[in-house]
Amino acid sequence: MTSDDVAIHAQGLHKSFGDLEVLKSVDLTVRTGEVVVIMGPSGAGKTTLLRCLNLLEEPDAGSITVRGRTVNCAGPRHSRNRRRLIRDIRVRTAMVFQQFNLFPHMTALQNVIEGPIHVRRLPRPYAIEVGERLLARVGLTDKRDEHPARLSGGQKQRVAIARALAMEPEVILFDEPTSALDPELRAEVLQAIKNLAAHGMTMVIVTHEIAFAREVADRVVFMDKGYILEEQSPSVFFSNPANTRIRSFLRLMSDSGPHPELEEAS
Amino acid sequence: MDLLAQSVPILLKGMAITIFLGVTSFVLGFWLGGLIALARISRFALLKALAIVYVSVFRGTPLLIQIMLVYFGLPQLGIQLSPVPSAILTFTLYSAAYLSENFRGGILAVEKGQWEAAGSMGMTYSRTLRRVVFPQALRIATPAIGNRFIALMKDTSLASVVTVVELTRVAESVGSSTFRYVEAFVVAGAVYWLINSVLSVGQELLERRMGRAYA
Repeated sequence: MTSDDVAIHAQGLHKSFGDLEVLKSVDLTVRTGEVVVIMGPSGAGKTTLLRCLNLLEEPDAGSITVRGRTVNCAGPRHSRNRRRLIRDIRVRTAMVFQQFNLFPHMTALQNVIEGPIHVRRLPRPYAIEVGERLLARVGLTDKRDEHPARLSGGQKQRVAIARALAMEPEVILFDEPTSALDPELRAEVLQAIKNLAAHGMTMVIVTHEIAFAREVADRVVFMDKGYILEEQSPSVFFSNPANTRIRSFLRLMSDSGPHPELEEAS
Repeated sequence: MDLLAQSVPILLKGMAITIFLGVTSFVLGFWLGGLIALARISRFALLKALAIVYVSVFRGTPLLIQIMLVYFGLPQLGIQLSPVPSAILTFTLYSAAYLSENFRGGILAVEKGQWEAAGSMGMTYSRTLRRVVFPQALRIATPAIGNRFIALMKDTSLASVVTVVELTRVAESVGSSTFRYVEAFVVAGAVYWLINSVLSVGQELLERRMGRAYA
């Protein structure tokens, strides 16, 4: 594996919130073109890990490398160079949030072209062209000039995906992209993500959708209590999990969908 | 009634001065208040402390004292201001303190996810403020800011004590020269009410316009 094949390399990540140690030495490597699905009970640190990967949370220790640029979390916090480096990594790692976080004062198209114009400094006409193409790709050409308040949850999340794509990132990080959606709206978002996978987009996805994970993942990472417990191909992970913790997790998930209170079940 | 009719021109002039005082101080106070709000949410402790002290002083002391301090006190330090500029200076400083708190409230009310969405695409702090946070904060703060504008319009009557010939002082002098105090002050009060009714309607329209995207 040459360094060119590596989209993200995270090493020795630790993260605490107060007394609560959420990540306890996590290593993760994501290869270019790979789809990594992170699963595990709530409180396992999945979301925190994802947020550390684009430095929305700064890990207390460890390092993150995106395309050869490394942020070392032991370094000085507020230097100008460090902030620039962090921004640089964020540009390359787009994020899709559980709550969409679209900009409510902007239309769908304006949401999509905001980053290209104001961060990537693309000329406006070109950004609009790209934005329209991306909205078409998620099937929302007709919602181009609607504000988020007029969109359904599924449409909002598809705009958010288009907004992420508009940054032309190395990797897109999805934080439970369907958890805030009604069941009947999930399929359209999952389909949009599957289309990206088919086009070779590098993605890290935190999700509870087992059928989706089985279909789209190249690798499933199982987290529990701040550690990565297992990394497996989906076929092995879902049909023949080695770890009893995973077996009980999967049993609960297939019984009754996502189980927020799962940590008590162990 | 003749005497009062003769007073119409100076009443109109007083009204113009009142509007000038209110609008100028509001516009200046708006920008100063914005800067103070920025200092208040800054991660630089010194800026933050200065903003806190500023707001505390200008909100915690009577406006009348501030007006007299600026007009009568500054000359003692060798700074001589004519009545109108000194009144505008005071009203600006005073309303900036309140407006900065309105802005701060608006900024804090913008969801954390908005900062994160902007940050996760690599936007700088200042651009995030300008492009994402301010437009939303301003909408949230508009009712409070409108109230501030209206309150300021009425507060300008205090400029009469430092010899600014605005509406209240005109009413006073018309009253004392005609002995028709009731009419003079009722008319003056009605003019304030009229000005503020126009401001209220403006605020209403602005709120509706800003809320359109959210409907």
